[in-house]
Amino acid sequence: MAEATETYKVGQHPDLPPPRSEVGVIGWVKYNLLSTPFNVIMTLLAIWFLWSIIPPIFEWAVLDSVWTAESRKACWAKMEVPEGAACWAFIKDRIGLFIYGFYPADLRWRVNLSFVLMVLAIVSVLYENMPGRKFGLWYAVAFPFITGWLLVGGLGLTHVDTDQFGGIMLTFIIGITGISFSLPIGILLALGRRSKLPVIRVLCVLIIEFIRGVPLIALLFIASTMLNYFLPPGTAFDLLLRVLIMVTVFSSAYIAEVIRGGLQGIPNGQYEAADSLGLTYTKAHLLIILPQALKISIPGIVNTFIGLYKDTTLVLIIGMLDPLGVGRASLADAVWAGLAREVYIFVAVFFFICCFSMSRYSLWLEKRLSTEN
Amino acid sequence: MIEKLKPEPAIQSSKDASKIIIEITGMHKWFGAFHVLKNINLKVSTGERIVICGPSGSGKSTLIRCINRLEEHQEGKIVVDDVELTGDLKNIEIIRSEVGIVFQQFNLFPHLTVLENCSLAPIWVRNMAKAEAEDLALKYLERVQIPEQAKKYPGQLSGGQQQRVAIARSLCMNPKIMLFDEPTSALDPEMIKEVLDVMVELAETGVTMLVVTHEMGFATAVADRVIFMDEGEIIEQKPPNEFFQNPEHDRTKLFLSQILAH
Ligand SMILES: Nc1ncnc2c1ncn2[C@@H]1O[C@H](COP(=O)(O)OP(=O)(O)OP(=O)(O)O)[C@@H](O)[C@H]1O
Ligand SMILES: [Mg+2]
Repeated sequence: MAEATETYKVGQHPDLPPPRSEVGVIGWVKYNLLSTPFNVIMTLLAIWFLWSIIPPIFEWAVLDSVWTAESRKACWAKMEVPEGAACWAFIKDRIGLFIYGFYPADLRWRVNLSFVLMVLAIVSVLYENMPGRKFGLWYAVAFPFITGWLLVGGLGLTHVDTDQFGGIMLTFIIGITGISFSLPIGILLALGRRSKLPVIRVLCVLIIEFIRGVPLIALLFIASTMLNYFLPPGTAFDLLLRVLIMVTVFSSAYIAEVIRGGLQGIPNGQYEAADSLGLTYTKAHLLIILPQALKISIPGIVNTFIGLYKDTTLVLIIGMLDPLGVGRASLADAVWAGLAREVYIFVAVFFFICCFSMSRYSLWLEKRLSTEN
Repeated sequence: MIEKLKPEPAIQSSKDASKIIIEITGMHKWFGAFHVLKNINLKVSTGERIVICGPSGSGKSTLIRCINRLEEHQEGKIVVDDVELTGDLKNIEIIRSEVGIVFQQFNLFPHLTVLENCSLAPIWVRNMAKAEAEDLALKYLERVQIPEQAKKYPGQLSGGQQQRVAIARSLCMNPKIMLFDEPTSALDPEMIKEVLDVMVELAETGVTMLVVTHEMGFATAVADRVIFMDEGEIIEQKPPNEFFQNPEHDRTKLFLSQILAH
């Protein structure tokens, strides 16, 4: 601070570091938490609030919780105050059901393998600096088909009916299928809606508006019951496949609108510059328009994906057992009944981790793309 | 300064015999009910350099944008390099790859580096190999004197630099015709010269140029012909010296007195 008061000749003033109180932890605390009396009071209130809420939760969920027991009664017997802490033994006992649904126990390696393949596919799509990424992207395209075969079987593998799918595995299947197919379909719908050809435009508007105007639950009921009336008799159409189609179509309509917003944010000059170089419609969109429009749309796209992911729990009303469904079914078991808090917290934490990761990834992506300009 | 760069008369005479590259006959255009271009007739020979001026709203931009069909005309005929402009998309794409345009607002692609901006069209329209296209892009970036900015993004450049990149981007397609729509109007005064210098140098290469500008120094230095437009019509067209010294129409005189006043 002393240096700032030193005198320099006019025109020769060097760049000086900022005063110490402006930077670092102390500066941050001073400016963000203690800047005004009101701010000081708010900070103290917040500290008091955290102090009174976090220790009890920590005791309930971690310190006093019970991890091994045969039943609810055994669980509670182990506690100082019955019901006074979490009984994670229940979740542990049912973890197979929570993860695999009713997938045959001896074939669960196929689900595990699919899970590993899924992580690889996600990494190859999302992580741009991976060596051999081009290969990785082709793999990501092949991934749904490889996994589909692994999970359902056939061609040398024992067949497993899709009504045995459940739990986290089912959430992943519906969520990832919905996300990866609704993005391209949504882009096509958005472009179609802005098409100069009236037939395409009207068709896309009709599809988007119809789907947005119907609740997802209604679409799921249509998938589970009515679709069979429309299909030619004798064509047995797998329920999971029908649900996948409905969920994808549903979120495509939302993605289309988000992307349309992004397209409208692209100045006309970009289209004119692309056109004037002789690029075709397809090339102009792939190279110039969509990269920019998608970048603007990232927050909206991820928002829609998170919504879709959480909406996968709705399949429980047509009898499919996602983690929430598994949880509710488990609570019906007399040995464990009464442990609703543990079940719902477990399910909530699972969804939170997934959705929060998506949200962080999108923030990271936005930040990385914005450094380009 | 600009004066001494004036091309040799030899080039001038050689192109009198050369062929017509743009021919516009009886062309009209409307925006809705608004008659923006009225009975435009214009012939441009290969290698000719034309400056178009006129008051704001007179239809200058619309006219040159009709030449690469960024705007569609409703009546009359436009023939560019022996191809008539109709609704035929294939023809339009061919003409657009032969005609470069430089916009007032640069319209660079902000998500691509300078080098990618320039090599994009050679790669995707001309099917050139990437390395070859990048060499070509670097060659033209050197020509507009900013090869050192190749790896930057447009947002990191000054207006004058961006406009020079835009010129290089067009040149990479090796166009037969270059259109300029007020290329220096969005620039700060100290950057106008660097862009004009590049354009003067370009004029020497013999490419056909149509330039909408109010830079009368540029018109005097390089134009073969100055066209004055008002209210959608071509009012007057003459070589620059005659145009500035003996304007015929009152409207031209008024316009000249206004722009020369400051
Ligand atoms: N897309 C459009 N729709 C409707 N009217 C338009 C459109 N583009 C231009 N116009 C109108 O057409 C007229 C001519 O426009 P143009 O841009 O060609 O003029 P200009 O001579 O280039 O003017 P300036 O010197 O201001 O650039 C103006 O009155 C303008 O308002
Ligand atoms: Mg204009």
